[in-house]
Amino acid sequence: MFQFIIKKLMLVIPTFIGITLLTFTLIRLIPGDPIEVMAGERGVSPERHAALRAELGLDQPLLVQYFDYVKNIASGDLGRSLITKTPVTEEFLTLFPATVELASCAALFAILVGLPCGIIAAVKRGSVFDHSVMTFSLTGYSMPIFWWALLLMLVFSVNLGITPVSGRLDVTYWIDEVTGFMLIDTLLSGEEGAFASALHHLVLPSIVLGTIPMAVIARMTRSSMLEVLGEDYIRTARSKGMAPMRVIVVHALRNALIPVITVIGLQVGILLSGAILTETIFAWPGIGKWLIESIGRRDYPVVQGGILIVATIIIVVNLLVDIMYGVVNPRIRHSK
Amino acid sequence: MSLLEVNNLTVEFGDGDNPFRAVDQVGYSVEKGEIVGIVGESGSGKSVSSLSIMGLIEYPGKVKADTLKFEGQDLLAMSENKRRAITGAEIAMIFQEPMSSLNPCYTVEYQISEALKIHQSGDKKWRRQRVIELLDQVGIPDPESRLKTYPHQLSGGMSQRVMIAMAIACDPKLLIADEPTTALDVTIQAQIVDLLLDLQKQKNMGLVLITHDLALVAEAAHRVIVMYAGQVVETGPAEQIFSKPKHPYTQALLRSLPESSLGKDRLDALPGVVPGAFDRPIGCLLNPRCPYATERCQKEQPTMQGEGVRQVRCFTPLDEAGRPSA
Amino acid sequence: MSEQTTSPATTGPQVQTPLQEFWGYFSQNTGAVIGLVFIICILIVAIFASVIAPHSPIEQYRDALLLPPAWLDGGNSAYLLGTDDVGRDILSRLIHGAQLSLFIGVLVVTLSLGLGVILGLTAGFFRGAVETVIMRAVDIMLAMPSLLLAIAIVAILGPSIFNAAMAIAIVSLPHYVRLTRASTIAELNKDYVISSRVAGASSLRLMFITILPNCTAPLIVQATLGFSNAILDMAALGFLGLGAQPPTPEWGSMLADALQFVQRAWWVVTFPGLVILLTVLAFNLMGDGLRDALDPKLKQ
Repeated sequence: MFQFIIKKLMLVIPTFIGITLLTFTLIRLIPGDPIEVMAGERGVSPERHAALRAELGLDQPLLVQYFDYVKNIASGDLGRSLITKTPVTEEFLTLFPATVELASCAALFAILVGLPCGIIAAVKRGSVFDHSVMTFSLTGYSMPIFWWALLLMLVFSVNLGITPVSGRLDVTYWIDEVTGFMLIDTLLSGEEGAFASALHHLVLPSIVLGTIPMAVIARMTRSSMLEVLGEDYIRTARSKGMAPMRVIVVHALRNALIPVITVIGLQVGILLSGAILTETIFAWPGIGKWLIESIGRRDYPVVQGGILIVATIIIVVNLLVDIMYGVVNPRIRHSK
Repeated sequence: MSLLEVNNLTVEFGDGDNPFRAVDQVGYSVEKGEIVGIVGESGSGKSVSSLSIMGLIEYPGKVKADTLKFEGQDLLAMSENKRRAITGAEIAMIFQEPMSSLNPCYTVEYQISEALKIHQSGDKKWRRQRVIELLDQVGIPDPESRLKTYPHQLSGGMSQRVMIAMAIACDPKLLIADEPTTALDVTIQAQIVDLLLDLQKQKNMGLVLITHDLALVAEAAHRVIVMYAGQVVETGPAEQIFSKPKHPYTQALLRSLPESSLGKDRLDALPGVVPGAFDRPIGCLLNPRCPYATERCQKEQPTMQGEGVRQVRCFTPLDEAGRPSA
Repeated sequence: MSEQTTSPATTGPQVQTPLQEFWGYFSQNTGAVIGLVFIICILIVAIFASVIAPHSPIEQYRDALLLPPAWLDGGNSAYLLGTDDVGRDILSRLIHGAQLSLFIGVLVVTLSLGLGVILGLTAGFFRGAVETVIMRAVDIMLAMPSLLLAIAIVAILGPSIFNAAMAIAIVSLPHYVRLTRASTIAELNKDYVISSRVAGASSLRLMFITILPNCTAPLIVQATLGFSNAILDMAALGFLGLGAQPPTPEWGSMLADALQFVQRAWWVVTFPGLVILLTVLAFNLMGDGLRDALDPKLKQ
């Protein structure tokens, strides 16, 4: 098992180096002189221009620039925002909990709904339930989520008035930030109704963000489950005279979940992509909104750093999924 | 009272109007301690009939029978729960593909002790002791060290031994072995067969041996059932079937054995294949392939004829010289 | 046994051409057929957009701002689905938008399919260092959320519909590369390839004439799904203001400032999204049907 983890870790390193190369080149691909682009229409004096070039290390050879860049990353320095002048890492850390909170709730929604739907659809193959699950999941899978957000807002916030339109908390509450996770902070504050309000604000964004992952999980679970139910060892299990429920839960599900876990892992990328749109629409102060706004403001260090961090998160999550895959599947674990 | 009594067993797949009969009016019985061999080509309904006895035919397959009794209890009439209490405990089955019949996610110990857990009381310690005992009985050396192995770490022969251990865990009275050696190496085949026969003798189980290996049946079985296209075409004591086959299909099977072709250039073979769902002939199901088919065979379906255990489904059963009677 | 009596099997159904056989499987799938019909409709609408559309997609009728659909109070039958905040006819914009969306889809799929197949074939055929470099690059791209990468690329190239299409084509490359490589490796060791190699076929011939035709089935399916992804991503970029620029009638950008109309004019919000959903759904339905019809594993 230990060897297995080490082997997986070794594979991640070149990918990570590739990502630093990518973010490094990305910035240098901006047409025109980077300083002028960053300065925008105001222009910049020649002296200031030279000073900025030196400050950003742009007067060095490319290779030196790259190594400087990697060195800075290694020491945790991702540069400073051109606008706010705060370090990118610091900005990221303040906003990240909001995204994690939203993405976790969305993932929870996707798994709690998608997994059982997929399982039941497979077990009751060909039934009305199966057909509706397949129809809904294909629709969910095809959903332009920014429109889905608008539509849900139209129905639930505007017409029915049950959910708030934007933000993380009603303005009437003022909560000290402890963990950055609104659900936890409101609980810690002890203020009455704050937790409910935070939860209230989470519902729509979570559903919106969780829709595509839910659809993917439901479809994957169903097809994986169908495949497993046709396996010889399921027949063996039934030949032992165990109850159908036990066959499904103990023998089928465990095997069927192996590919589903990978799929759930892959949803992290989808969630972070979706967070860009969802956060923008619901005015959710997380990294998705932050990145989009930085792109709009041409705040390139933030864009560069943000992409690097997001990609790193995805690599780490995929690594964890791979390791979990090994835990669940003895065949993988033992192949060295 | 027979251990297992089957009468007019039919298994159908497909929709209402024109279902495919994978098993058609099959009847036989198995006595305590008896070895019954079921032979026939692939697609003759051997496996499906035994799966239906285990209650493993799933929707959309439909099982019907006049009698399907185990020790006098009607298997089709009893509740699901009661039936499951018999399946795996009193009647057990081993399958053709040992490698894929074991769940890749669980250890050998887990899978064997699961059968014990479902059907018998006893704590974890007792179960582990029993699993070791069983592994020892099926000839797995150093059983204690094998408890924690996973199926993918076992060879085909080892997997089949584990399957056997699992099947005999609750000391079944009837064991159904569905082509237990087909997927194995020739050298391993003999070992597994010996093991099965030893266990059968030791425990005095009824054993239904499904195979297309005629030599194996000739050697082991007391009684033989020959199946073709879902029907029983001939039954009888093993030595009679092999020395004096009455059905043209049995004769053809025996003639295809290398032993019966000594001195010839090539083996005799029966042309054609077993009819499937869409090309069932009218009349006797064998008539397109039968060398002795008459006009009557193309129109009417023969029924089982003969007394007691020696029965044949043919209008013109073969005589002792192997020629059709009148 | 020199002569064998005819077995009943020879009088089976007539031999079908592959296309007939494919259509036989495909047409059994109701969803896929519905998808296909819808796509054909959209295609016709796109081709004859300027004939079908009642108004110009960019003309602003100053006397008809935010009119509701014709069947509601205050609606005008001249503007069937109502008008937007500057008085443009929504139906006409949707019809012209179809043109754009399908064009973008074709562009993106052609680019990513072409490049992806070449890279995948190269990786699968030559293996070794070439493969490592290509597949590592693919892994890196897969580690990025595709939308974020597309946004970053557009941000650098500058927001325009063409740049957005390029960005989407680039981010959808990895799927084609992986798929082609996997099928190439699977085909590479088959006898027909070896015999062709023994016969002295050049590498290029082996790659494109011998192997590639046998990898087409999964690629066709992926291309269909790629179409729906392209439309979705394009709409998302348009929504974020990074795709088509006003006044271009693009479905996604029609929703770009719809947020402010959620409270006042639901039709501005509803229709463009519905069209996107239906079109994407149609492509996905058809993709599913194609996969089932082309997947030999599911055939009897």
